[in-house]
Amino acid sequence: MARDTLTGGRIRERRLIAGMRQAELAREAGISASYLNLIEHNRRRIGGKLLVNIAHVLGVEPSMLSEGAEAALISTLREAAADADKVQAETERVDEFAGRFPGWAQVLAQSHRRIASLERTVDILSDRLSHDPDLAASLHEVLSTAASIRSTASILAETGDLEAKWRDRFHRNLNEDSLRLAESSKTLVSYLDESDRSENPGSIPREEAEAFCAAQGYHFPELEEGLKTPEEMVEGRSELASRASRRIAVDFLRQYSSDALALPLEPFSEACAKFGPDPALLAGEFGAGIPEVLRRIAAMPETVVPQGAGLVICDSSGGMLLRKNVEGFAMPRFGVPCPLWPLFLALNRPLVALRRDVVQAGRSGAGFTCYAQSWPVNTPDLTENPLYHSVMLILPKPGDEEPASGTVRLGSTCRVCPRQRCIARREPSVLRQDF
Amino acid sequence: MSRRVLLIEDEPNIIEAIRFLLTRDGWDVNTHSDGTNAVEVVQEAKPDLVILDMMLPGRSGMDILRDLREIVELAGLPVLMLTARGQSRDRDMAEKAGVSRFMTKPFSNTEVLTAVRDLVAQASRS
Repeated sequence: MARDTLTGGRIRERRLIAGMRQAELAREAGISASYLNLIEHNRRRIGGKLLVNIAHVLGVEPSMLSEGAEAALISTLREAAADADKVQAETERVDEFAGRFPGWAQVLAQSHRRIASLERTVDILSDRLSHDPDLAASLHEVLSTAASIRSTASILAETGDLEAKWRDRFHRNLNEDSLRLAESSKTLVSYLDESDRSENPGSIPREEAEAFCAAQGYHFPELEEGLKTPEEMVEGRSELASRASRRIAVDFLRQYSSDALALPLEPFSEACAKFGPDPALLAGEFGAGIPEVLRRIAAMPETVVPQGAGLVICDSSGGMLLRKNVEGFAMPRFGVPCPLWPLFLALNRPLVALRRDVVQAGRSGAGFTCYAQSWPVNTPDLTENPLYHSVMLILPKPGDEEPASGTVRLGSTCRVCPRQRCIARREPSVLRQDF
Repeated sequence: MSRRVLLIEDEPNIIEAIRFLLTRDGWDVNTHSDGTNAVEVVQEAKPDLVILDMMLPGRSGMDILRDLREIVELAGLPVLMLTARGQSRDRDMAEKAGVSRFMTKPFSNTEVLTAVRDLVAQASRS
């Protein structure tokens, strides 16, 4: 059975859970009871504003009705099927499989996620062995000292007529090297222990830093009030298990402190209340740059920006430096994001502020207003190249607002984007067009 | 006239052990511990063989080796590279750069001594 024909059944199920009569829901959604009856029995298609209205009345996300609670499960099963080597799964019956055998479907999805996680851990550990300068230096120290001990011990053991002067000198060297080896071994073990103590030994430092920021809601009152330094903020935080993640978090908090100093919480909150989260007006009001204002809006507590605000920052290679999620706007945890994001457009137009209304394909159809600008992070002289970072603020549009003309349709990442004929597609999607 | 070995290594106790080993075998051993000007030191010392550590302060042994091979009169100079990095790609890189022998730490004294004797003998025959 096709997915879109199940929406009516989900509406009915949710209505019954909410204890509402059909007529009651129909009235509140602004339609007749008979029309709702047709929808609930999957005899009328539903989408757009009406779906959003019904979802609002039922107190659920529109995606819960259009995609069902099992949407993530279905998506994972499709990915598992796409990754299966030499096995052709019946992907057209994935809904039926998930519906008839929910337990087995969960087992399969969980196994797929576990495999992906383990593969990533292997990649990270291999990369760490090859490129981690701390580990390389530590191993080099151990091996060099071992080389010295072996060579010296060999001379002492194998040179029969060794003069006392040389013998004493090599004994002294041996003693020094054995102490050094003990120290460098301890350093190496402590380094590896530190990696093991991490909640997720395969996690990427930037993800740990993001988890730390997310746990604080990306708002740090102690920094706003100057009560703590960024270094003090990261001390003893369980999310920041590695040195690398602590350093990334400290860099982020330094930027946060600098923004908070330029745009203090109280006047900035008042200006947000007066103008709304309008970056251009706020930048004019405070004489600040757009990137600072975008970062600052995203750092405001819910009391100031109740609709929430997402933020992404990338470098000029497109590599993600920061992701603050906002409900309804999917950001890939792995893989490369959609190149149609205004974030990347801004990289092509340095220092030009952009505003784009966007809708993400394959989701509930919710709209967002994105503001983006790239800026040079260095101050190059005439012989150096500027290095740009780009920032994008993502503000949800009100649920009942119709998409404006010129709204950009974009995706999360190609692999799970249903827009098959997209000019920016870099790899096939695992989803159908009508998902 | 004894043959000369230039040992470019920054670990003092390894320097002392190798110097002792080679000196007793009849080699004249000079040492140098800084990668920055190592190429100039080789040009001035004109050794029969260079023992070169891969990780040196100032400049990597690999870069020094590449530069040595660019100098016409040093193109055939035997270079024994010592390294704590024994991965195959490091060995491949060293071979592409023109290393004569690649030896991973910890090495045995016999290995070093044999390599030095063999490499200098080969170079004098060619």
